[in-house]
Amino acid sequence: MGNLKAKHILGISHLDRDEIAFILDTAESMKDILERPIKKVPPLRGKTIVSLFFEPSTRTKLSFDLAAKRLSADTVGISASTSSVVKGETLIDTARNIEAMKPDIIVMRHSMSGAPHLISRYVGSAVINAGDGTNEHPSQALLDLLTVREHFGTLEGLNVTIIGDIAHSRVAHSDILAFTAMGSRVTVCGPATMMPPEAEQLGARVCLDIREAVRDAHVVMALRIQKERQGRLSPFPSEREYSKRFGLSKAIVPHLRKDAIIMHPGPINRGVEMSPEIADGINSVILQQVTNGVAVRMALFTLLLADVQRVN
Amino acid sequence: MNKKKTFFLKGAKIIDPVQDLEFFGNLLVRNGKIEQIGPDVIESEDIKVVDVSGLLVVPGLIDMHVHLREPGEEYKETIETGSMAAAAGGFTAIACMPNTNPPNDNSGITRFIKERARTSGKCKVLPVASITRGQKGQGLTEFGDLIDAGAVAFSDDGLPVSNPAVMRLALEYSLNFNTLIISHSEELALSADGAMNEGAVSTRLGLKGIPAAAEEIAVFRDIRLAELTGARIHIAHVSTAGSVEIIRQAKARGVRVTAETAPHYFSLTEKEVEGYNTLAKMNPPLRTERDRRAIIQGLQDGTLDAIATDHAPHSSLEKECEFQLAANGIIGLETSVAVGLETLVRQEGFTMAQLIRLMSSNPARILGISGGSLAPGMDADITVIDTEASFTPARDNLFSKSCNSPYLGRKFKGRPVLTILGGVPVFDKKGFF
Repeated sequence: MGNLKAKHILGISHLDRDEIAFILDTAESMKDILERPIKKVPPLRGKTIVSLFFEPSTRTKLSFDLAAKRLSADTVGISASTSSVVKGETLIDTARNIEAMKPDIIVMRHSMSGAPHLISRYVGSAVINAGDGTNEHPSQALLDLLTVREHFGTLEGLNVTIIGDIAHSRVAHSDILAFTAMGSRVTVCGPATMMPPEAEQLGARVCLDIREAVRDAHVVMALRIQKERQGRLSPFPSEREYSKRFGLSKAIVPHLRKDAIIMHPGPINRGVEMSPEIADGINSVILQQVTNGVAVRMALFTLLLADVQRVN
Repeated sequence: MNKKKTFFLKGAKIIDPVQDLEFFGNLLVRNGKIEQIGPDVIESEDIKVVDVSGLLVVPGLIDMHVHLREPGEEYKETIETGSMAAAAGGFTAIACMPNTNPPNDNSGITRFIKERARTSGKCKVLPVASITRGQKGQGLTEFGDLIDAGAVAFSDDGLPVSNPAVMRLALEYSLNFNTLIISHSEELALSADGAMNEGAVSTRLGLKGIPAAAEEIAVFRDIRLAELTGARIHIAHVSTAGSVEIIRQAKARGVRVTAETAPHYFSLTEKEVEGYNTLAKMNPPLRTERDRRAIIQGLQDGTLDAIATDHAPHSSLEKECEFQLAANGIIGLETSVAVGLETLVRQEGFTMAQLIRLMSSNPARILGISGGSLAPGMDADITVIDTEASFTPARDNLFSKSCNSPYLGRKFKGRPVLTILGGVPVFDKKGFF
């Protein structure tokens, strides 16, 4: 049995291959619990998990909350808009106050890159990054890995293509790091205006031609067009042009491998980055991703608290 | 005779880049003025002898780009604490930028700064007035009145003059006074919301980047406007290889341009930002190793004329927070000599005379002030450096009111140990006097 070296889950960039594999193995064992009629086990009874969501979230917050409840942890959460925090209490003070109430884990989403890293230096509890700005979303990448590994039995040697706003996507960032760490090859595709500067050094190949980008892909993932992150200047002329050029629709099917699976981190803008036939098609594993999200988060809670117990 | 301002510095290595002198010898100060320097100057019985053997004696250093935060943000720095930090860093003169609150855009503020500096008395404080009223980038300030009050140059530093027509006006108007425009060259439309250099590290950290082009486009614009008007322009805090090349070409075709860089641009790179280190956040941002090499080359071949610290004090309120929200800027007065010695002299093989030219003689020439030399007759503004002294900057050994420095805890060899202003020791680390 391995162990998690990391005290916090701040990003895939802080995890090595063995740790990632260990988390995935643990998550797989958690999935059994989700299939039982009574979906609750006692290992984290008496543990407290606080979720701090400074940005709107439904799926991720619910997934973390359910994961905690399945393991019998107590959960409380607050949602606050970042602006109200900026006007008043500093993030560090907020974190210190929550810390003073002795939680075991703080799950945090924030609009600014590095915010969970900052508070991890001020609190004794373990911090899980549930998405920070345009930096990382590690639990999403882990659930994506789990979903692909379940489907293909391995991650080694697979081709993974991610299409969309790579520059502003913390999911893409974490996925690139995670899939390459596990031996997959990652290609990113989209309008050149949406490619991050020097994307190659993250380990991804940049391919601006979508047909070529998907040709050998075992996994094709479309990202949500994030209107809230695009700033004042839109990086593409219209949704119409985007969906024609970069949306996944029936027109792209002839260029896909027969066994390719379709993923999306959600929520989907149907008809923009993905047409309904693709989202609901037989190759889509989008809902498995959601199920696996709960399992991965259960694994993270278990491993982090197991680690704390071991240290104490 | 003013006995206090009369003494004999004995047995030092004396360097004066202006007179092209470098020798072991002595220096006689009488009544606050340099009277004699040379290998054979002889001490006389009635004069205090200060033994500085084994140390370097150089012209008082001049930092042409600092922020003293007074008036308005005295919790970060005051003219008194900032000038004490300057003295401890070996500086006898500093030029302070106008982005105070209110900004230094009228002679009342300029006179206030001069008066505060006179009473604290640790170094000469040379106010830089703003180019435009309220630093709003529109109407020009009263250059004539400001110069009469003591302004040595004009800059909207902290903000660029966005409108090129306004910059053109400022440059033309500066001709009437033969004064200097210092340009904070930045194309805001390209740098907006950026928190660090745009490139591999910004992608890795998920931070919005500031491309080198945001600086280079503006540097080129300002140089072309200087060329158009025939005015002098000084480019502040050069941080990119492209800017160095644009300035090099401009100098080659005779444009009246000078330029400065800061110690952090020749000693650090964007890698310092890793871990969301807000002590490595400044504007312009730390760049790549390639840029750092080009900055060093620019200092070596004379493209860059001066080293200025861009001393920018901020309290923990502005720095212990999310990286995106953190204020730009680091303090630099007390570490500049140490960093220059380590990076330029020890690693890059610059001579001490070169370093002193960049930190004293050239800034004096650019600002058109006396100083930067130890020639007889000049004010006795003198810095004594111990190149072997160990120095580890820390919160409790810096005089600045703020301690936002990426060099905290780093071990250096070499620092100023004695700073003399007009014949008066204002910083005396080892009790020479």
